[in-house]
Amino acid sequence: MNTPMRKVGITMIVMIVLLLVNATYIQMFKADEYRADSRNSRVLYDEYSRQRGNITDADGNLLATTAPSNDKYRFARTYTAGPLFAPTTGYYSINYGAGGLERAEDEILNGSDPRLFVRRLSDLITGRDPRGGNVQLTINSKVQKAAYDLMMQRGYAGSVVAMNPKTGEILAMVSTPSYDPNPLAAHDTKTQKSAWESYDNKQKPMLNRATQEIYPPGSTFKLVTAAAALEDGKGPDTPINTASNTTLPTTNVKLENYNGTPCAGGTFKDALAHSCNVPFAEFAGQLGKDKLTKAAVNFGIGQDITLPMRVAPSTVGQLDSQPALFQSGIGQLNVRLTPLQDCLLSATVANGGMAMQPQLIKKILAPDLSDIETYTPKQLTGTPALSSANASILKDMMLGSESFTKGGGKRPDVQIASKTGTAEHGVNSKTTPPDAWYTGFAPANDPQIAVAVLVENGGNAGLEATGGSVAAEIGRAAMNAVVGGG
Amino acid sequence: MGQPVSDPLAGQYQTNPPREVPTRRGTELLMLGFAAFIVTMALVLVEANQEQELTSSIIWLGLAYLALFAGAHLAVRRWAPYADPLILPLVALLNGLGLVMIHRLDLAYAAKAAEDGKDFTPYIGKQLLFTLLSLVLFVIVLVVVSDHRTLTRYSYTAGLIGIAALALPALLPSSLSEVHGAKVWIRIPGITGIQPGEFAKILLIIFFAAFLVSKRDIFMTAGKKIAGIELPRGRDLGPLLIAAAACLGVLVFEKDLGSALLFFGLVLVLVYVATERAIWVVLGLTLFAGGAVVAYNLFTHVQTRVQNWVDPFADAYGDGYQIVQTLFGLGTGGIAGTGLGAGRPEIVAEANTDFITAGIGEELGFIGLAAVLMMYLILALRGMRSALAVRDTFGKLLGCGLSFALIMQLFVIVGGVTKLIPMTGITTPFLSYGGSSLLANYILVALLLRISDAARRPATRPKPPVPQQAPIAEAHTVMVQRPPDMGGQQ
Repeated sequence: MNTPMRKVGITMIVMIVLLLVNATYIQMFKADEYRADSRNSRVLYDEYSRQRGNITDADGNLLATTAPSNDKYRFARTYTAGPLFAPTTGYYSINYGAGGLERAEDEILNGSDPRLFVRRLSDLITGRDPRGGNVQLTINSKVQKAAYDLMMQRGYAGSVVAMNPKTGEILAMVSTPSYDPNPLAAHDTKTQKSAWESYDNKQKPMLNRATQEIYPPGSTFKLVTAAAALEDGKGPDTPINTASNTTLPTTNVKLENYNGTPCAGGTFKDALAHSCNVPFAEFAGQLGKDKLTKAAVNFGIGQDITLPMRVAPSTVGQLDSQPALFQSGIGQLNVRLTPLQDCLLSATVANGGMAMQPQLIKKILAPDLSDIETYTPKQLTGTPALSSANASILKDMMLGSESFTKGGGKRPDVQIASKTGTAEHGVNSKTTPPDAWYTGFAPANDPQIAVAVLVENGGNAGLEATGGSVAAEIGRAAMNAVVGGG
Repeated sequence: MGQPVSDPLAGQYQTNPPREVPTRRGTELLMLGFAAFIVTMALVLVEANQEQELTSSIIWLGLAYLALFAGAHLAVRRWAPYADPLILPLVALLNGLGLVMIHRLDLAYAAKAAEDGKDFTPYIGKQLLFTLLSLVLFVIVLVVVSDHRTLTRYSYTAGLIGIAALALPALLPSSLSEVHGAKVWIRIPGITGIQPGEFAKILLIIFFAAFLVSKRDIFMTAGKKIAGIELPRGRDLGPLLIAAAACLGVLVFEKDLGSALLFFGLVLVLVYVATERAIWVVLGLTLFAGGAVVAYNLFTHVQTRVQNWVDPFADAYGDGYQIVQTLFGLGTGGIAGTGLGAGRPEIVAEANTDFITAGIGEELGFIGLAAVLMMYLILALRGMRSALAVRDTFGKLLGCGLSFALIMQLFVIVGGVTKLIPMTGITTPFLSYGGSSLLANYILVALLLRISDAARRPATRPKPPVPQQAPIAEAHTVMVQRPPDMGGQQ
């Protein structure tokens, strides 16, 4: 009986050895793979226990930082002016993950980026806890605050984007209504949950309207049509059709000017100044799909833009028929732009016809604030949307438009070139208040800032809302913050 | 300790002086102190890493733990003085580590409950109570079973109670027997629950060992030879078939794959050891393979387990979640572990019962997990050595069965946790939270100690044979042969 018992004993040893071999495989050979797996929440917890890097504005003011906390995570994420910068900073939540820059630049902020490797190694040797790198934005807090405060004061839902037309640096990115990322970063699950649930409402405060949502641009798109027409040989004094309406080719549908009035003046520049629909619809029809699309592309429409957050691609829609061209030429039908793209229209004109790549990050800094990477201005497509001569002509036409545009905030010492838009949308455009737009740049002779303002559903002006009456004052406030001395 | 030779006659039978057999109880006490030290240090680590206040009460807890096992040690000293000196300390260390782990998970669960605003009752209190009860039961078994051979008298009773206990949850309504899909409980609402399968394990080992020993000769006789292979006779197949059927029954009605595997492995080993024929193993494994194929095709819960074994990552947030998180935990722990109290073993569901070794692997690393596995192996091999040394066949078979049961159970659960085999829920002996498991395994250890005591106890001097003599008046005249070696001296 002892022989089979010895064999059973050997079997028991073999069973344990099998378990040991398997544990060796898992804990030694597969360990790195399991540790790095994104579904491994242990790694996430470790990350939340690390000192995350700061997000600052262009002048180094803290927008997001970490404060020591006396719980198991050791550090708490705080946002200096929560809702004001939320569309750029995003949020960082244990239960809900990260959004905005917190997600897009996570590797830098949490310190796992390869460019931080050497420093991480030295931290490991010196026994210091690893720290994350810092991200310096191109945001100008003054512009951001001026635009945000006025939007909130008026109670508007919408977005304001401002950029430096020469470099593409984004100076302001406002989306209202906004949300406070602070409670989402709380370590208390209940606080996180109630905040997250309160943000999930019809007003969509967590939607970054500047980059994630596309809207019909209305008359602001006439800048694209005008640029294409100028490139096609038209001049500011080219005569235009002053009729109050026109019939879309091959249909019985009438396309009329705003309020059904005839176009004052009789030239191309008057048409832009008064934002007459008929001449621009006809221009678009004459230009055809190819020329209009080419101009649109070089303004950046349809380009894949990452800030590094991905920007929803703007589109001109289908331009396959004359009626479609007519409607699209005045920024209706299926033309859809993000407010960021709308800002890029003005910025391109301001920069002599060359669109610059929009960028939100100025510098990536190591934990000890030494430079890791500095971003340099880049051209978006490399091909100008219009020649600098034509850009200059279009700028003058925009100066004319500004002089006819209503709304507050005008200052005699600041020369603004702009274009308004009043975009019909909704199932029944006669009963849905239009989206109000304003895009422009200042000072006209040496542009420092280009702005686009979108106010959803006409703000509080209802069906009577226009880009001039609702959106213009906000755009001017943003520009004044830079060029008007505050 | 040999008996002093007082009888002058005895000297004539013994050519060598009686060998002093050390009881080695001192070693046992020393090792128990060592185990208490390790467990206390483990508790200190947990408290430090969980940022609990370090107070002198930890020392008292450690001493109380030592006192508890010192009590068990005294019982062994009194009732099984020649028992193996390593078995009790190993069990004490495993049990202590289990308690520390359960306490460590309590801290994590309490923090989670506080976050969610829920109430939480720590598990450790109940487990401490069960440890105390287990040690009492351990002593009772040592006292009552003064000779393991007496168990053979109750073998059929044990077998019947064992089968009944195993089958009872299947017959009870689900409300009284089902927890997490497995019908293996007898729940007394509001008070507690019992997993009768844990006790049935021991009762059935006793039954099978006794049954096989009594029928050993029949098994040893040759059956028909078919194609050169000596097959057992049809009626001898009975117990094996019954065992297979009973296990299949457990599988079908209670969805308890782990126990089914454990019982099957046990019966196979016992039959093999009793008959010394490998053909039983071949037959059994063939039956098992067939049963596995049938079960896979019939039951969706078997299919799910197999799928989770083949590729748990296919459904990492659904069915595969537990295994995936276990692997992540083990991987994160790596070779040296995160440190006791510094990992996150609570992410894995059932972390203080079935998946307790996952937490050990995460926080103590491969080194800690390997150490725990080695402790089990030493424990089982000490049991096996005692079984080899014991003189009676029943004791051999019983010791072999009990030792193998420990390793088989460990293999089923740790293999499942580490994705070596499909996961089948079963407790980890001594480590897991659960009263039934702890009580049953302490009975098992008491029996192993009893067998090891019998194995090492010096043989008591046989009584001088009293020749049976018929009354002298009726006696015939018979020729008596003189014992050859006595002749010269007389």
